[in-house]
Amino acid sequence: MTALANEPLVVVGAPTSAFRGTWRELRDVFQQREMLGMLIRRDLKARYKDSALGFVWTLVRPLTQLLIYYFVMGQILGAAKGIDNFAIYVFTGLSAYTLFSEIVAGSTSSIVGNSGLIKKVYVPREVFPLASVGAALVNYTIQFGILIVATLVIGVFPWHTGLVYLIPSLLVILVYGAAIGLVLAALNVYLRDVQFVIDVGLMVLLWASPIVYSYSMVLERLKVDWLLAVYTNNPLTLSVLGMQNAIWLHDPADVTYPSHLMLRLLVAFVIGLFLLVGAQRVFSRLQGNFAQEL
Amino acid sequence: MAISTPVTPSASTTGTERPDVIVIDQVRKRFTVRKDNTIRERIVTLGRAGRKHRQDFWALDGVTTTIKAGSTVGLIGQNGSGKSTLLKAIGGIIQPTSGTVSRRGRLAALLELGAGFHPDLSGRENVFLNASLLGLSRAETEARFDDILAFSGIGDFIDTQVKFYSSGMYVRLAFAVAVHTDPDVLLVDEVLAVGDEAFQRKCLDRIRSFQEQGKTIIIVTHSLSQVQEMCDRVVLLNKGKVLHDGDPIAAVSLFRDVLEERRAGELSADVAVGRGTVLGASVHADGKGARDGVTPGDDLVVDMEFEHLDGVADWEAAVQINNTAGQVVYGTTTGIMGIHLEPLHGRRKLRLRIADTTFGTGKYFVNVSMMDSAGRHLHDLPECDSFEVPSFGDAVGTVYAKPSIEELD
Repeated sequence: MTALANEPLVVVGAPTSAFRGTWRELRDVFQQREMLGMLIRRDLKARYKDSALGFVWTLVRPLTQLLIYYFVMGQILGAAKGIDNFAIYVFTGLSAYTLFSEIVAGSTSSIVGNSGLIKKVYVPREVFPLASVGAALVNYTIQFGILIVATLVIGVFPWHTGLVYLIPSLLVILVYGAAIGLVLAALNVYLRDVQFVIDVGLMVLLWASPIVYSYSMVLERLKVDWLLAVYTNNPLTLSVLGMQNAIWLHDPADVTYPSHLMLRLLVAFVIGLFLLVGAQRVFSRLQGNFAQEL
Repeated sequence: MAISTPVTPSASTTGTERPDVIVIDQVRKRFTVRKDNTIRERIVTLGRAGRKHRQDFWALDGVTTTIKAGSTVGLIGQNGSGKSTLLKAIGGIIQPTSGTVSRRGRLAALLELGAGFHPDLSGRENVFLNASLLGLSRAETEARFDDILAFSGIGDFIDTQVKFYSSGMYVRLAFAVAVHTDPDVLLVDEVLAVGDEAFQRKCLDRIRSFQEQGKTIIIVTHSLSQVQEMCDRVVLLNKGKVLHDGDPIAAVSLFRDVLEERRAGELSADVAVGRGTVLGASVHADGKGARDGVTPGDDLVVDMEFEHLDGVADWEAAVQINNTAGQVVYGTTTGIMGIHLEPLHGRRKLRLRIADTTFGTGKYFVNVSMMDSAGRHLHDLPECDSFEVPSFGDAVGTVYAKPSIEELD
């Protein structure tokens, strides 16, 4: 009883002041990291429960996509011309894109999908989108493992200085994915149209990044300067290029990258961090009414 | 739940100064009911026109109260009076439109049992997940896992997917997790109405032991007997406002008045169907005065007066005796007694004699009803009179019988 008396009286609910609020919510989420881990495990386990192949299914989709792009785009339409190790090239970009799209799609539906919980138990609501980020990361790790094994098998294991691009590229994807996911997750509660919009948006993003074609082809054909700037500075494009720089071995003479790729990635990362904080503010503003809107 | 000895939870903790665990300050909550749900509809009804498609109502309207550690508080009120909303506001699940709720200590909300259960996961996985949602760490859950399993009585099914559980097993496991989370404040919403009788008793016992440990419990329930049995304080809500805050007995009787008002409001529409009235009734023990205590062995006499303006050919008189917890202790009607009453025109007085009663210590209320032959209540007169049975000192409960003991060997 005395221990209880010494505890401070805390106002229930999300605080309103900007940065102190973010800080407190970050701390709350950090304190709940064990639960976050369990939610991630639940998402992954529940998804393929009772299916005979289980986790293999997480690979079927990207591998099928890889085969289609490799044969249809690469061999039949001739996109593979001038790109060494086309399969590795495609899979590097594709897995990065899949990570981003799983983060965004997963977090968008996470609040609505956990409505039963949100209406009945109080936990910092950020954990649900974050659990989707975690689940997507686990899937990505598996795909990344396969990618690395493939490079070993083909004999093009990327042991070179380009590897420094790996971490910044991943961080950019995570930061932007989480920021967009947080905002859309909150908006989706109020307007279910959001989950249909993101399907379309993600499809556009797939083709708006140099995943199945090369950046040089874009440089040749896209002659409008501002359009090229938009295309290049799209964070997903930058990350895909960064990943290719890191994983995909190629003859440097054949391939053009935008100038100062590392700098661009870092700038994108910093902007992304600010967006993430902003997204968290939006989320925390909107979450007050989750329980009654669901 | 007929548990005879009421617990006084505050008794064990009166020694020390009890801190406030929950401070509710001018909390208001507005719900907006919208009739337009898609973007298209919202754009069409934007601005002034949109207001016609919205309906505001205040689920909570200026609620202010403080709850001290170690008390058991009941929230009662009609459907829609805001009690669940208040509980959710305390739990942080919804945010008040204005005003603040502050609290200290760990809180567990039992708003719905098994809210966090995932049907595709096994019982064991769900225990860990649910416990972490209620604020337990993995290590703490592991330490308590055997207790949880034993309390739930699930046995070997713990490794089966939860979707194959019967609804009873599901609820038992969920409750087992919830009561093992060891919170400082426990919020309970109607969840005690589930499970079989034996399990309900187990739950109540658990709540009692919470009380003895000096935990704070806030409970929403429709069972008035439960409220009187368990709570040391009751907050009665009506239309989002606090109508009464304090003594449970007074709150329950006030709540009965509120319900009676509502019922009367609903009845007034069809009162013309049968213009029968129970004019009054009084009760006393045969050979004693009206206010004298009734002792076992007395004959109880209920004098009743009925009136029907249009005349009713086929009717019954009914008497019901309740204890203070609202529990029916005794009831009879002329129908089940096999007596056919003469048609009623105008007024009539009847006397019911209940021979050789054995009521236990306490206060009892008499309700008298007039029914038609189909069993429809033409008019009820609840709690029109009461009588008291004095204490005998050698037994408690709603029935009194002389106890004695002898050595068998």
